[in-house]
Amino acid sequence: MNSTQLIIKGVWTDHPIFRQLLGMCPTLAVTTSSINGISMGLAVLFVLFFSSFVVSLIKKIVPSQVRIAVYTVIIATFVTIVDIFLKAYFPDISRALGPYIPLIIVNCIILGRCEVFASRHSLGVSLIDALAMGSGFTWGLFVLGSIRELFGAGTILGFKIMPAFYNPLIIMILPAGAFLVLGTLVGVMNKIEQKR
Amino acid sequence: MKDLLLIVVSTVLINNFVLSYFLGICPFLGVSGKLSSAIGMGLSVIFVMTLSSSISWLIYHLILIPLEITFLSYVVFILVIASLVQIVEMFIRKYSPPLYQALGIYLPLITTNCAILGCALFMIARNYAFLPAVVFGFSAGVGFTLILLVMAGIREELQFNDVPGVLKGAPITLITAGLLALCFMGFSGLISS
Repeated sequence: MNSTQLIIKGVWTDHPIFRQLLGMCPTLAVTTSSINGISMGLAVLFVLFFSSFVVSLIKKIVPSQVRIAVYTVIIATFVTIVDIFLKAYFPDISRALGPYIPLIIVNCIILGRCEVFASRHSLGVSLIDALAMGSGFTWGLFVLGSIRELFGAGTILGFKIMPAFYNPLIIMILPAGAFLVLGTLVGVMNKIEQKR
Repeated sequence: MKDLLLIVVSTVLINNFVLSYFLGICPFLGVSGKLSSAIGMGLSVIFVMTLSSSISWLIYHLILIPLEITFLSYVVFILVIASLVQIVEMFIRKYSPPLYQALGIYLPLITTNCAILGCALFMIARNYAFLPAVVFGFSAGVGFTLILLVMAGIREELQFNDVPGVLKGAPITLITAGLLALCFMGFSGLISS
């Protein structure tokens, strides 16, 4: 499989959120605004990239019985790095994302890609796959966050979009809105795929 | 006693793990199709969550804080959960085969259930003492099971309805969960704080 196919898979046809329904917990929890969505997406991209890097390097020396535990510890290490980095340089984002940063450890996208892809492919290909899946996840979060912010607060990335008479739908910011928007988006994605 | 009761009510009904923190959505979407598997999964989660929150509390307060290595807490917690699930699985398999028959296939899935790790993290973030932490773990599990059962019941009925083709499967489940979350918002006035 060449790298263009890998990128198309990660960003569209095998999209981690809309097609594989992985990593639902951060997807729903932090997308109250587009900026939070992007931050979470980039954090996951970072952890996914470096975990795939390490897993692909050590794939031959890890005994298969303990591989899941080893992968989890590798992922947890990079998540700790992201957490400490955000706390030091972006305290606002760190507060907004709160416990959902450490919860990246149990994000099934990362463990899934390490287990299914990085542990079976060479270093270069694994890194491309990680970048593709990570960017797919990031744009998914951005779209979800933007829709919720647009209807829930009338803004996107903090800029006022909706006209002044628009009355924000608070429900979109609340947990219930997250489920409704994601359900609708997955339905829309199915519709687009059907047409192709 | 009153504090403990407050923790139970607020964790099970008001700040339900699935509907307001989105923890454990993957098993929620995966096993809520059938009532019997929902019961098995729910019981395993209650069991592991109560144990893991007590053990994580002990490790955090008796080892990590005195040694000043709390930055290792994420790595330690996930290791505790993974090994706990392994031990529980081996223990049940040896001593209670019927229970293993019922819970066996769900136990390995629990390691990657974010509700378990989330429970440990919330308990540390909220500075609970030991007993409240255990009660919190238990009631988070109960809350998860409650939603799983409600959802399984709804989905069994949903099979007989004519859902639009593109919404079949995951999308309609997510939209149903959204409506369920709306209903549970009604509980939020239960505790005034």
